[in-house]
Amino acid sequence: MDIGWIAAAAMFLQLAAQCGTPLLFGTLGGILGEKAGNLNLGVEGMMMMGAVTGYYVAAVSGHPVLAALAGGLAGSLGALLYAVITVTLQGNQTVTGLTLTIFGCGIANYIGKGCTSMTLPATIRSFYAPISVPGLSKLPLVGKMLFEQSNFVMLGILLAILIWIYFNKTRAGLNVRMVGENPGAADACGIHVNLVKYLHLLAGGFLCGLGGTYLSVVYITRWQNDLVAGLGWIAVALVIFAIWNPIRAIFGGYLFGALRSIGLVLQNTRMTFLGHEIRLDPQLLDMLPYLMTILVLVLMGVQKKKEYQPPGWLSRSYYREDR
Amino acid sequence: MFKIIKRPPLAEGRMFVLRILAVVFAIGASMAIIALLGHDPFKVMLEMIRGSVGSAYRIKETINKMVPLLTLSLGVCVAYKMKFWNIGAEGQFYMGAYGAGLVAFNFSHLPSYLLLPAMFAAGILTGGLWALIPALLKAKWETSETLVTLMLNYVAIRWVTYLQYGPWRDPKAAGLPRMMHFPETADLPKIGGIHIGWIIALFLVIVIYFLIRYSKLGYEITVMGENPRTAEYAGMNTFRILLVAIMISGGICGIAGVIQATGLEHSISPVLSSGLGFTAIITAWLSKLQPVTLVSVSFLFAMMLQGGNYLQSVMKVPSDVAGVIQGVILFFVLGSEFFTQYKIVRDKRQGEETRKVGA
Repeated sequence: MDIGWIAAAAMFLQLAAQCGTPLLFGTLGGILGEKAGNLNLGVEGMMMMGAVTGYYVAAVSGHPVLAALAGGLAGSLGALLYAVITVTLQGNQTVTGLTLTIFGCGIANYIGKGCTSMTLPATIRSFYAPISVPGLSKLPLVGKMLFEQSNFVMLGILLAILIWIYFNKTRAGLNVRMVGENPGAADACGIHVNLVKYLHLLAGGFLCGLGGTYLSVVYITRWQNDLVAGLGWIAVALVIFAIWNPIRAIFGGYLFGALRSIGLVLQNTRMTFLGHEIRLDPQLLDMLPYLMTILVLVLMGVQKKKEYQPPGWLSRSYYREDR
Repeated sequence: MFKIIKRPPLAEGRMFVLRILAVVFAIGASMAIIALLGHDPFKVMLEMIRGSVGSAYRIKETINKMVPLLTLSLGVCVAYKMKFWNIGAEGQFYMGAYGAGLVAFNFSHLPSYLLLPAMFAAGILTGGLWALIPALLKAKWETSETLVTLMLNYVAIRWVTYLQYGPWRDPKAAGLPRMMHFPETADLPKIGGIHIGWIIALFLVIVIYFLIRYSKLGYEITVMGENPRTAEYAGMNTFRILLVAIMISGGICGIAGVIQATGLEHSISPVLSSGLGFTAIITAWLSKLQPVTLVSVSFLFAMMLQGGNYLQSVMKVPSDVAGVIQGVILFFVLGSEFFTQYKIVRDKRQGEETRKVGA
């Protein structure tokens, strides 16, 4: 086999992981909320809030961890608004989520006007610079993707694994799933339904905020208007694509990251296939994540397998006395 | 202590009072946020009103923003009556504009009185067919229409972007990726300086009002929305009703795209709607799916959009403030909904129980 091709593929995978990390964070955030029964369409808004807050704190304080925490908290703040309305006040989840996106994008772009002239101090860049894990980064193909990355990328993978363990191997995680499937039954078991929903929505918002921070502070490294540019919506799609499984979310996030980087790499390159000239348009390639999500939705419907279905009580309000 | 109990349905009057209260609180809260952001809230509000209805020109601009919003909201209303959560107005809008473009570029030799109606017909068809995809998937495999319509929005926007960079790119715009202009015969006629889109929109309001209130189809749509099982037991052909209603819903959203393309831009671009398809979901919901209420709600939102633009040019306040204010108002209205169904009362029972335990 040609060594050059493998090295090129490894570098491409590395790029895909970087491109897919904000998606992974957004998807994990969405999964946390949806497992507790709340469909939050505000991922885009929370990512924007996190992105601008993280960038601002990073530029002003120069403290990388503080910036990430601030970005995460900004996402949680957005989630708190959503939780108060949908959980306590039982508002419509779809409309509230959309509103959160409008609100979050508005406020982030507003605050961001002052950030366009700011630059990130060197301390931030060096803290989040790619590190290579000795030995492991030399693995063929996946070495660079997983072990020669910014610590932020690795944090994403770690969180996905932890969340999987939480949902599948712990009692607390089982309780959350019960709330999402049947809050009435969970309530009868003595689980505090609204508390569970609040905690997971806030944690989900934190992850979305982190995803936004990664995007502005680590990936793009400057602020621009509408920085998240629809990634939050892809994350909403990825939650389904991953069938609510955090481990599949890693693959989904990186796959869609790869699709996006293919668009960037192949821009304006022409290739010939069986004598025909083919131009791969980046705009058409950009459709793929959305089309694939629809395909997955349809396949889930066709198969009707139990584990492929969304949480039973997704996007419905729970009022104790309606039980 | 306090507890929450369900209350009997509120009378129309009290419901109205409650909603007005929510808006008042919302305006108070958004003024507080404006103050926090470092601006004079009264001045911002005043300038927004002045910027949206302060002169004949600005009223025209506001109406230009209201027309597509109103049309899109009408479109989603039809679907929501059936509890079909179409959040794909944005995509249907772009596909409508695309259909109009197909006709405009291929039959540009036609006279205006043939070309424009053909463009509208094509827009209705493409917008409607685009909405039909999630409807068919839902009917066949119970696929979530919320998610499919959402995804199709982005597919439609990418499609328009592709056309802009590829087949429909304007060869005269050297270097710039801009789409070709429609032939002049495809311009929507103007009356008093405003394109006639507002007449189309108001006409649609009347049509939808009568459709839902007085037609057989409207009745069937409402029954299906209330309870699909009832509809089936009553012998309705639910599949056919779904398809027809969704064709209407998507077709109207398509009309909005055609109006915007022929009335204002005279071309198509991936920012033609500037997100109005999403705003329309909110306006539809706020007006409780009442076509007539929708007129005033859309006008209010158009005022906020136009006022926001004006703020940017006059007070150097970024127009994003409009998004923030919209968000805050909506949060309050969404939250107030709760108090139409539940009320908070003092919980006396708890005291009694402790006494019993004591005795």
